[in-house]
Amino acid sequence: MIDGLNNLIEWVISILTPIGITEPVFQFMLVAALLGLSIYLTLHTGMFSLANAGFMAIGAYVSVILTQEFDQPLWVGILGGMIAAGIIAIPIGLPVLRLRDIYLAIATIGFSEVVRIILLNFDDIVSTVLTSLEGERVRFRLLNGGRGIRPIPKLTETWMLVLFLIAVMFMLDRLARSRLGRAMVAIRQDEKAAANMGINVVYVKTMAFVLGAVLAGAAGGFNAHLKGIITPADFDFTLIVDILAYAVLGGTTIWVGPVVGALVLRAMPEILRDLNQYRGVFNGLVLLLVIIYIPNGLINPAGWKRVWNRYFRRREPATQIIAESE
Amino acid sequence: MLELINVSRHFGGLQALLDVNMVVPMGKVVGLIGPNGAGKTTLINNISGLDHPSSGTIRFLGHDISRAAPHRITRLGIARTYQNIRLFGESTAHVNLLIAQHGQGRASFLEALTFFPRYLNEEKRLKARADDILAQFGLSHVAHTQAANLSYGDQRRLEMARARAINPRLLLLDEPTAGMNPTETRELGEQILRMRDDGLTILVIEHDMSLIHQVCDLVYVLNFGQIIAHGTPAEIKNDPVVIEAYLGREDD
Ligand SMILES: Nc1ncnc2c1ncn2[C@@H]1O[C@H](COP(=O)(O)OP(=O)(O)OP(=O)(O)O)[C@@H](O)[C@H]1O
Ligand SMILES: [Mg+2]
Repeated sequence: MIDGLNNLIEWVISILTPIGITEPVFQFMLVAALLGLSIYLTLHTGMFSLANAGFMAIGAYVSVILTQEFDQPLWVGILGGMIAAGIIAIPIGLPVLRLRDIYLAIATIGFSEVVRIILLNFDDIVSTVLTSLEGERVRFRLLNGGRGIRPIPKLTETWMLVLFLIAVMFMLDRLARSRLGRAMVAIRQDEKAAANMGINVVYVKTMAFVLGAVLAGAAGGFNAHLKGIITPADFDFTLIVDILAYAVLGGTTIWVGPVVGALVLRAMPEILRDLNQYRGVFNGLVLLLVIIYIPNGLINPAGWKRVWNRYFRRREPATQIIAESE
Repeated sequence: MLELINVSRHFGGLQALLDVNMVVPMGKVVGLIGPNGAGKTTLINNISGLDHPSSGTIRFLGHDISRAAPHRITRLGIARTYQNIRLFGESTAHVNLLIAQHGQGRASFLEALTFFPRYLNEEKRLKARADDILAQFGLSHVAHTQAANLSYGDQRRLEMARARAINPRLLLLDEPTAGMNPTETRELGEQILRMRDDGLTILVIEHDMSLIHQVCDLVYVLNFGQIIAHGTPAEIKNDPVVIEAYLGREDD
C-alpha cells in the first residue's frame, strides 16, 4: 500500500516540479497545512489564539530528544511531541481561555515567546540548578541554546506526511458532523447563547485548544526531522504570522480553508520564483487584500453561494416573498 | 416549580432587582410585565444563569440554581429566548435546532469518528426531531437557509423553536412578539398554549396586554426592580397600583 502511495506521490511531484514545486517544497507545504489546521481548531471555535508556534516548538524539541537522546523511532518521537504539547496546553488553556479577542491573542503570543526563551536558556537554567544542588560546577548540555540541535537525521518521508494529513482531515470532517463540532460552531457565533443551549463552553474551548496544540506538536516533530536542524529562532513571531496567514487566506468556516491557504501561500513563492526574496511582503499583501475584500477567506461555501445568488439569480428573493405570504 | 426568594441584583449603584419573590407553578403560563427598564430581562438573565443575583435564592425543581453555570441550568430543564434575537446566524435553521439538542446527545466525538451505531442512531433521531419542530413552527420551507437570512418573523419563530428543541420543562420568553403584527401575535399566543398543553411551564415577558389575556394564568408586575402586584390578568388590569405605574406611559 505504501509503495502505491509512494508511486502516486512521485508522479504528482514529477508533474509539479516544472512549476517549481520540488519534493522538499511539497513536504513543507504539507507541514504548513498541518499548522493551518492547528490554528483552525481554535479560530473555528471563536478563539483568537496564537499559541501554535509555542506548541510546535515543544513538539519539535520533545520529538528530537526522543529520537536522538533516547534512540526512539520517529513515530514515538512524534507521538511524544504531540502528547507533551497537549499536556502543557491544559494548564495554559484553562486560565488563558477566559480572555477574549485581542487580549487572548496577546496572552498566547506571550506564551509562544516564553517557550522560545525557555528553550534558548534551557541548558543554562538546568546547569545553574544542578550546580547549586551538587555543590560543584556542572555543565548541562542538551538543547544548545541559540545554536540549536543539529544534525537531525531526515527521518520524515513524504508519504508519512500525506497519510497523517489525510487522517487529520478525515477527523476534522467527522468533527464537523459531531456534537462537539457543532458546539464549536455555536461558541464561535455566540458564546452566551451557546451556554444557554446546554453547551459546556469551558470544556469545548479547552478541547479545541488542546487538540490544536497536539496538531501543532505533530507538525513540529515532522518538521524537525525534515529540516535537519532546530533552533529557538525558528519559532518566533514570524512563524505566528505565517500560520495566521494560512487561516486568514483560506478561511476558518470549514477545515478545507486553512489547508488550501497553507498550500497556496507555501507554493506561491516557489511558482513565482522572482518573488522568493519578497515572501514576507507577498504574504503581507495577500493578507491585507483578503481581509479587505474576502473577510471570510477563500473557502466559504455559504458566502460564495450568496455572491452567486446575488449576481446570477436575481429573481430568487421575489419567489421567497411569495412563498412567505402564502 | 420555579421559586425566587428575595432575589436582588444591583449593577454598581443601580438597583435592577430588589427583593423579588415569585413563584412559577408547574404547567402554568405566567406573565411578567412592567415598564421599560423595570428589570424584566435582568430577571430572566438571572434565572438562565447568564447573570447571577447579588443576593437571594433561585430554586428550580428543588435545586438551588442561583450561582449555577448556564449550561447546567439548561440541562436541568430551563430554556429561554432573547429580547434581541440571538440566533446562530451563519448556521442554517436546521443546524440551529441540532445545536439546541446538544444536551440530549450522548455520543462522543470518538463514536462520531468511528461511525459507531449509537452515534448514527442518535444523529438520525436529532435530525428527525429538528425537522419535526421546524414543521411545528411553520419553518420547514427555510430549514436550510442561514438564520441570518431569514425574515424577521421567521427569526422570532426560529428563536422559539430553538428553545423548544432544548426540550425544557420551563420556557422563558423575553418579549417574543416584539415587532410582530396582531395576527402574528395571536398565532404566537396559540403556539404558547399548545406548548403549555404539551406539559411545558412558561414564563413570558410581554408588553402586549391582549397576549397576556390570551395566554396567562398568572401575572407579575415589575416596576423599578420590585414586584408591585400579582394576580390573574383580570385582577391586574384593574389594580390601581399597576395603573399608576403605567400612568403617563404611552402603551404599545
Ligand atoms: N449588565 C448591566 N450592567 C449595568 N446595568 C444594567 C445591566 N443590565 C441591565 N442594566 C440596567 O438594569 C435596568 C433594567 O434593565 P432590563 O433590561 O432588565 O429592563 P427590562 O425590564 O428588560 O426593560 P425593557 O422593557 O426595555 O426590555 C436598566 O436600567 C438597565 O440599564
Ligand atoms: Mg428587556
